[in-house]
Amino acid sequence: MSDTAYAKPLPVPDPESTPFWDGMREGRLMLQRCASTGEHLFPPVTFCPGSLERPEWVEVSGKGKVFSWIVVRHPVPRDIYADEVPYIVALVTLDEGCRMTGNILGVAPEDMRADMPVQIVFNRATAEITLPAFRPVEG
Amino acid sequence: MYKLRDKYAIAGIGNTEYSKFSGRTVRSLATEACLKAIEDAGLTVGDIDGIVSFNFNDSAPAIGVATEMGIVNAGYAVDYAAGGNGANLITLAATAAIEAGLAKNVVCFRAMNGRSGFRLGGGRDMSAYGVTQYTAPLGWITYPQAMAMWARRHMIDYGTTEEHWAEIATTFRANALLNERAMQRTPMTKDDYFNSRMIVDPFRMYDICLESDGACAVVITSAEHARDLRQKPVYIMGGAYGGGPSQGDDLFDAIRWPSHSHNCFKYLADDLWGSAGIGPKDVDVAEIYDCFTYSVLMALEGLGFCKEGEGGPFVMGGRIARDGELPVNTHGGLLSEAYIHGFNHVIEAVEQLRGTAGERQIDGAEIALTTAGAMTCGSAMILRN
Repeated sequence: MSDTAYAKPLPVPDPESTPFWDGMREGRLMLQRCASTGEHLFPPVTFCPGSLERPEWVEVSGKGKVFSWIVVRHPVPRDIYADEVPYIVALVTLDEGCRMTGNILGVAPEDMRADMPVQIVFNRATAEITLPAFRPVEG
Repeated sequence: MYKLRDKYAIAGIGNTEYSKFSGRTVRSLATEACLKAIEDAGLTVGDIDGIVSFNFNDSAPAIGVATEMGIVNAGYAVDYAAGGNGANLITLAATAAIEAGLAKNVVCFRAMNGRSGFRLGGGRDMSAYGVTQYTAPLGWITYPQAMAMWARRHMIDYGTTEEHWAEIATTFRANALLNERAMQRTPMTKDDYFNSRMIVDPFRMYDICLESDGACAVVITSAEHARDLRQKPVYIMGGAYGGGPSQGDDLFDAIRWPSHSHNCFKYLADDLWGSAGIGPKDVDVAEIYDCFTYSVLMALEGLGFCKEGEGGPFVMGGRIARDGELPVNTHGGLLSEAYIHGFNHVIEAVEQLRGTAGERQIDGAEIALTTAGAMTCGSAMILRN
């Protein structure tokens, strides 16, 4: 399938998110970290809410645990997701402390567990865009 | 904290038919509901000098409705950009506007072709801007998908089950059977609930509210003025609007929200009860924003009807049924009456406090709670007769 046939929603990188999406495309999970508070931040911002300072970009491990998840069974929009369901979307608490979003790959819905250890997967969508996903790993 | 206890009242209410296909413009629905509310109060359009609404770009502008009604002096005509969180905010804002001298008689409305027009339960733009760039490309697009993520975490933290949600869905449906306005008037058993199809696990179809075309409106005026008007006044005892830290970039975004096992109501409870000078035990009837079954649990817990995590057991055994300790959503709610974005809850609360709810009437109802919103920000009111 060519990129022009990609029908699902695509992110529109902006000045705050471009380092994240550039990292995804290069197979590196880039997040912001505030040097003052020590906290990692997601989604990207210009000012750290804790210090109001400008965070720096750092590469992180991509390891974390499943905080919560959904299994989409009814496709919306139908024409785009009819062949995709069921699929899993999760909030993952990264080892660095912040939450991020991603699909969960390589596990059946009924095998999902709370706090399941997961690892980032770089899920290529188009030449420009790689989406975050996670797969289970041994704890 | 809201400081206008009992100084303002709801003097009139109006609503259109609720349907799946109105065949009308949203503005026409809004105007009908507003005219009915003004008439109900015993006022005329010439008395109205404020008009307030909230919308997701899916409504008619307040000034457009004022124009259709021929309001000459629409001094305070304002649209709030808000979802379900706004349904009690706009009424509180109306009292603030009157207190400030910006208007005297304010009509508040919510109108939508929520089924035949712009469907909040539907998809989004295929180009994902802003915070949506981290959600929609993953196929995380609709509000049922957003709230299911919260609900799962409550199950993890507290052992909440679908049995609890089934109790909520069937209780509200039983209430709707007594309501001629309700869109869902066929009985629902727990088997019906469990047999309804899984939409986004853990939510079934009957965990998810209706989509509706329709409009609701109320007229707000001073308590003093309301006492001279046609209807028994329903006083605004107290109210609150807000949420906690990290409310996110939009209503969908709860990525940074502290805990998905509680929502905004935990954060506005003290202001709500403090402003009214009462507590949960004083409430006779509760009209709780139920975009999903699960959101009822979070409101009950957050507002202190029970402890966090105990909402599931709390709703069991008929406690929230019309003959229970705390009747909830006596009209059927968003789940079974209609989805007018929570403004239909205000209409129902007023009817209960006037004593005009017919078959749905809760005997001796003197104090009602209304809530609006279910995620990181919301609003609520305490009303009394």
